[in-house]
Amino acid sequence: MPAGSSGTYHRRLCEGDGSVLPVGRRPVSAPLRVGPQGSRSGLPGTLRVSRGRRPCARPRRTRQVARSGVGPAAAEGRAAGISSLTMDPECSQLLPALCAVLADPRQPMADDTCLEKLLDWFKTITEAGSSLLLLQGNPCLVELLCHMLKPQDLSSRVLAFSLRLTGVLAAQEDCFQYLQQGELLPKLFGEAGPLGGAAWTSPTVRSGWIQGLRSLAQHPSALHFLADCGAVDTIFSLQEDSSLFVASAAGQLLVHILGLSMPGPAGGPPSLQAGDWPACAQKIVGHIEESLRATATPQITQALNVLTTTFGHCHDPWTQVLWVRLSPLVAGLLEKDPVPAAHSLVDLLLSVARSPGLSSSSCGLWETLAQTLSHLSPTQAGPLALGILKLQDCPQALRAQAFAVLLQPLACVLKATAQDPGPSGVLDGIVGDSMTADMLLPSKAACVGLLCRTLAHLELLLPLPQRPCPWPQAPLLGAAVTLLQLCGGSARPTSDAGRHLCALLLGCVRVQRAALDFLGTLSEGTGPRELVTQVFAVLLEYLRSPDSSPTVLKKAFQATFRWLLSSPKTPGCWDLDPHALLFLRDLLPVLQKRLCSPCWEVRDSGLEFLTQMTRHWGGQAGFRHALLASEVPKLTEQLLRDPESYVRASAVTAMGQLSSQGLCVPPAGPEHPGGQQKSLLAELLHILSTDSEGFPRRAVMQVFTQWLRDSHADVAGDTEQFVAGVLQVASQDLDWEVRAQGLELALVFLEQTLGQPRSHCPCAVTPAVAAPVGPLAQALQPLCRVRLFEFAFRALFDCDRPVAQKSCDLLLFLRAKTASSGSLQESRSSPHVASVEAALQRWQAGDQAQPLGDLEPEVVLAVLRSLDLEGLQGALAESSDHVEKSPQSLLQDMLATVGVLGGNEADCY
Amino acid sequence: MKLYCLSGHPTLPCNVLKFKSTTIMLDCGLDMTSTLNFLPLPLVQSPRLSNLPGWSLKDGNAFLDKELKECSGHVFVDSVPEFCLPETELIDLSTVDVILISNYHCMMALPYITEHTGFSGTVYATEPTVQIGRLLMEELVNFIERVPKAQSASLWKNKDIQRLLPSPLKDAVEVSTWRRCYTMQEVNSALSKIQLVGYSQKIELFGAVQVTPLSSGYALGSSNWIIQSHYEKVSYVSGSSLLTTHPQPMDQASLKNSDVLILTGLTQIPTANPDGMVGEFCSNLALTVRNGGNVLVPCYPSGVIYDLLECLYQYIDSAGLSNIPFYFISPVANSSLEFSQIFAEWLCHNKQTKVYLPEPPFPHAELIQTNKLKHYPSLHGDFSSDFRQPCVVFTGHPSLRFGDVVHFMELWGKSSLNTVIFTEPDFSYLEALAPYQPLAMKCIYCPIDTRLNFIQVSKLLKEVQPLHVVCPEQYTQPPPAQSHRMDLMIDCQPPAMSYRRAEVLALPFKRRYEKIEIMPELADALVPMEIKPGISLATVSAVLHTKDNKHVLQPPPRPAQPTGGKKRKRASEDIPDCKVLKPLLSGSIPVEQFVQTLEKHGFSDIKVEDTAKGHIVLLQEAETLIQIEEDSTHIICDNDEMLRVRLRDLVLKFLQKF
Repeated sequence: MPAGSSGTYHRRLCEGDGSVLPVGRRPVSAPLRVGPQGSRSGLPGTLRVSRGRRPCARPRRTRQVARSGVGPAAAEGRAAGISSLTMDPECSQLLPALCAVLADPRQPMADDTCLEKLLDWFKTITEAGSSLLLLQGNPCLVELLCHMLKPQDLSSRVLAFSLRLTGVLAAQEDCFQYLQQGELLPKLFGEAGPLGGAAWTSPTVRSGWIQGLRSLAQHPSALHFLADCGAVDTIFSLQEDSSLFVASAAGQLLVHILGLSMPGPAGGPPSLQAGDWPACAQKIVGHIEESLRATATPQITQALNVLTTTFGHCHDPWTQVLWVRLSPLVAGLLEKDPVPAAHSLVDLLLSVARSPGLSSSSCGLWETLAQTLSHLSPTQAGPLALGILKLQDCPQALRAQAFAVLLQPLACVLKATAQDPGPSGVLDGIVGDSMTADMLLPSKAACVGLLCRTLAHLELLLPLPQRPCPWPQAPLLGAAVTLLQLCGGSARPTSDAGRHLCALLLGCVRVQRAALDFLGTLSEGTGPRELVTQVFAVLLEYLRSPDSSPTVLKKAFQATFRWLLSSPKTPGCWDLDPHALLFLRDLLPVLQKRLCSPCWEVRDSGLEFLTQMTRHWGGQAGFRHALLASEVPKLTEQLLRDPESYVRASAVTAMGQLSSQGLCVPPAGPEHPGGQQKSLLAELLHILSTDSEGFPRRAVMQVFTQWLRDSHADVAGDTEQFVAGVLQVASQDLDWEVRAQGLELALVFLEQTLGQPRSHCPCAVTPAVAAPVGPLAQALQPLCRVRLFEFAFRALFDCDRPVAQKSCDLLLFLRAKTASSGSLQESRSSPHVASVEAALQRWQAGDQAQPLGDLEPEVVLAVLRSLDLEGLQGALAESSDHVEKSPQSLLQDMLATVGVLGGNEADCY
Repeated sequence: MKLYCLSGHPTLPCNVLKFKSTTIMLDCGLDMTSTLNFLPLPLVQSPRLSNLPGWSLKDGNAFLDKELKECSGHVFVDSVPEFCLPETELIDLSTVDVILISNYHCMMALPYITEHTGFSGTVYATEPTVQIGRLLMEELVNFIERVPKAQSASLWKNKDIQRLLPSPLKDAVEVSTWRRCYTMQEVNSALSKIQLVGYSQKIELFGAVQVTPLSSGYALGSSNWIIQSHYEKVSYVSGSSLLTTHPQPMDQASLKNSDVLILTGLTQIPTANPDGMVGEFCSNLALTVRNGGNVLVPCYPSGVIYDLLECLYQYIDSAGLSNIPFYFISPVANSSLEFSQIFAEWLCHNKQTKVYLPEPPFPHAELIQTNKLKHYPSLHGDFSSDFRQPCVVFTGHPSLRFGDVVHFMELWGKSSLNTVIFTEPDFSYLEALAPYQPLAMKCIYCPIDTRLNFIQVSKLLKEVQPLHVVCPEQYTQPPPAQSHRMDLMIDCQPPAMSYRRAEVLALPFKRRYEKIEIMPELADALVPMEIKPGISLATVSAVLHTKDNKHVLQPPPRPAQPTGGKKRKRASEDIPDCKVLKPLLSGSIPVEQFVQTLEKHGFSDIKVEDTAKGHIVLLQEAETLIQIEEDSTHIICDNDEMLRVRLRDLVLKFLQKF
């Protein structure tokens, strides 16, 4: 029973000091190695391919990287990138070999992402130019496609690729005709092709067939072709495919064909008579009608999904005719009990309602929606009701009905607990119909699911401008409070239903979380005084309860903060109102206890809550008084030494905030003459230099940056010493975020030193307005004294791209500021500058051991101007693999994996 | 089958089950809440307690002022604390054959039963139960005996006087039966009657029933009991836990298919989740100590304290409390901490595996080694020299009426920096604190009761599906303070039968079968005849031999040779003189076919009448009546034996003989 052992908590994703970072924040190495001898591997001329494995295309790519680099060379490299719109001769040369490999069943293609990339490349080429020319210029492609027709044991991936490639090529009508002449298309897509063979058992091939047709169906000729080869019937059957991807793609293809076959908006006045529709469209619509009449739910679902996609994507006038024709069938579904495919039906109705092509009032949509709302079970009707309420123009009666559906579960809760549904009258009529009560009471799962969904829907609705008006704030507040009381066991229902509900919801964490979120959102409105008192009481109950799970507690803290924020302000004063202050007096002992919790998540949420509160009310007398009278600041200070790094990080942030507001308690005894403030700076510096985890160190850097920005008393005393110390420690940190934050601090210092108000985008500062105060050299002196430049130059060659980018931005900013100043003599040729440049080159090469020593402003400026910062910035902005992303490299890669290009083997050993 | 309920306390049960020919006492818990009516026994003279004013009646009559003292509006008996014993009048306890003990908390009344009622049976319990039970008794005796009190109040117990007293004294039940604590000698004598058993061990009681202890997961060596005969099974569930704490997990599977399940010892605080309470305990402890205050934890010397120490072991470093001393003061502290480490086979799997590493199963060994936890037999001696503050003290007794805790309450009660944290759920903390009022120290109530809660019980009952559930009446309705909480009661079908103190319950379950063995030679001689597929019958002549509640059919004895008679006898004389056995008949007579047969044999004018029990076949011509019922057939005719025999033979044709 050890504390915390009953629950396993998910640690934060990004634990550790940057070694395991969340997706999207992973540092990417910058392709910064310049010079002819540089290579990505860092070992010139050595290629890292493990022994015993076949060589791959890496060698070539590596050489290519070596050729490209920063500056003009890099620009050339980019020009030759994947974005090239026509096939260059090198690729044309490689293509026959590749086609031969693809056609050879003995050469299996291990990596099908290559095929995807290849297809993307072909798409790019065909979008930019003529497919016919491409085919004529590269006969190997037609050969490859023809080869697919031969009976042989081809890989399903290659077959699918060929089908898709054919589709891409045949999307252009002339190319389509060209391929038709060779009877290639009917052979590939008709009965004679894979469709009738063993390959068809592979979902990849079926998917390739559909996608091929999807690309191909772009012109009227394609429509004829589809009709002739009987493809549409095959697509119908593929809707029921065992592979969900295939089935879904089949549905989308049907929608596409339907759209293609129908007259477009530009094609003259469209015939709105269904009988005049093209045969293909009639066939598809007929199939949909048949499916809608079917008894099997999967068939109905398919039809509804096809219609949903149709109305979602196409808003031409014919869609209205389609709806008029099909709506009786759709409405017919409502007569079945239970309503089949309810979720798909809801999606369809909402899709129709949102479609601008349909005039909702004329086609009876509102009636159908109203009917649907009353037929569906409360669980199914919820999403529909939400969708209706989000619609812009919708009859008031329907909105009212939808809102009533949405509110029903909560009305049931209020009724079961015998509470007055409130004076607003909105919940009056909705005393919880029996169906909702039936849904709520039988099982815990159904009850919890319905309540959570209802709360989530209402939470989504609340911030919308088209939310129902009047908004039943008071009853909803009452319902949220009641739910929380039921879950917490403090409700005392008198009815049987209430007692039953209480037993179902007791201790239910899901409902607790949803209700707390909802309660937090409700804080944006107001409520009657007594209800607000209840809200604070229930929040306090949750914060106090030893049974609140850490996640529930976190949400309770968040909701509490939001309610405190919304509590009425005394006019002319930003302080908390007297009620909130009274609440705070009860809250702080709870917070105190939570800061001592054995569960680190609880300590962490407690600290975050404290930080938020301090940020908002730290300057207010009432809050300050209550906080200083409690043990909270002292406990927070102790948590700086917590064994859990996240807690330490939160404690650092909280202490930084407390200290900024002067809320750190000075030690009581005379044995601490320096006072707490002084020692906090020392303690944070200690954490920055010694903490084994990245999070606390990052937090310290953020606090320091903020302190510098705010001219915190400790910092203002000797800013230079402070900045110098921090930068020195930060530059040696292994965590890139700490180094990046160091640059942020450096930037703040730089701005303060050069006397410019902070601009949000440093690069946006134009040289014209950048006039330093006083002589430039004098202004730069402090920067030199704190060794800011050494830190920035080092960061420029940082192995982590964001750091290098930030440093680049900082130096560009500085250069822009100093550009207009001609007062300094250029000392480009001085030996000092040369030695600095030499050192920088060594750093760039990876040898960062050598320090720069003391720099003079003149030298700095000279070095700054000699650096190709713009080029560097451009290179850093590219993704790390941009230099490798060329079609030629792709083709080489593919050939290399199957060993056709054997010439490189010697390179690898 | 009858159940005699001798205790009104659901978690300290004492019931007697009469089953077959045995009388089995199930637990003998001692209700110590009676001590809350007494003044605490201070280790050293407490001027505050000794100067409390005597209590006088409303009319000013002060004849009770020596016995009753008043403190902050409450009245306490100034005497040696007394305990409320189980009922002794309901059943003659000398007839009890065996006592089955579930856990060490449920054996505290044992000396009263074994030493003062003429009990001559055996007590069964597991080894840890006995050892830790001994520690608890030893501590109790020590706490009370080391502060002898000359005065013994008895006047207040007079029924007429008790009526005049304020609550809760007025409402105290059976005060005349309240007894002072037993002596160590009685404890030793009682414990000597215990026979040790292991889990799943089958113990035969007089051949009539078999009892088996099963792990109940609540405490070291705690058990539930199965009492079964060949055809009946009674489960006794007392103090069980499904939480993963230190003891072996609960054995639920063996409880399946019980005819009756007696359910006692559920959690006393069903609304408090033990995990949450442990968190609360740690937070409050840290908060107090960080502020320079001391923490007092009144507790038993075994049980939850092991878990608390384990939690603190993990927590103290993270809370920065590594330098705070933890003291465990009890006359049996050392034995308890050491015993816990040696009962490896009774521990949960995790802790068992540690023993093979080898590591002590409980981390308190490390706390002791690193001097973070120190234990002392009492306040006197080493403790007073080692003692430094702020600190955390674990000590007994949780009632706050005796033991070292009384001293700490007096010592620390005046400062609001200090905190007393109640973790044992047995005593109401408000009542426990009453004689210490006014109190400045903070009081935190974190009752940790790992026993089954009602959700777990309902799952358990669904799984083991007993035919009948019997439980204390407290479990059949929500707690009075939370009458809306329908979830805080036992909900099962058929509804549970409830009992209360001094009630005798006839269990709704009839014994229908008894097992009888047939000797092999006799079985050999049987000639079974199949009367229905799968059912064969045979006649048997034998002697039923019954001994030790076991029944055996033996071949009938051959008649003894007549002594002094003729040496030779005729063969016919060898046949024993027994009646010629008529064959046994089975089957039923289909009336229609029977009538047809009669007609075939020349009977005419046959009339059939249906009766409530069967049919009457009327042969009007022959003036004869054949009455056919389920288990008998009568032929009624006027002295025509020939006709009767003819009819009888026709009837017999439809029946099977063997």
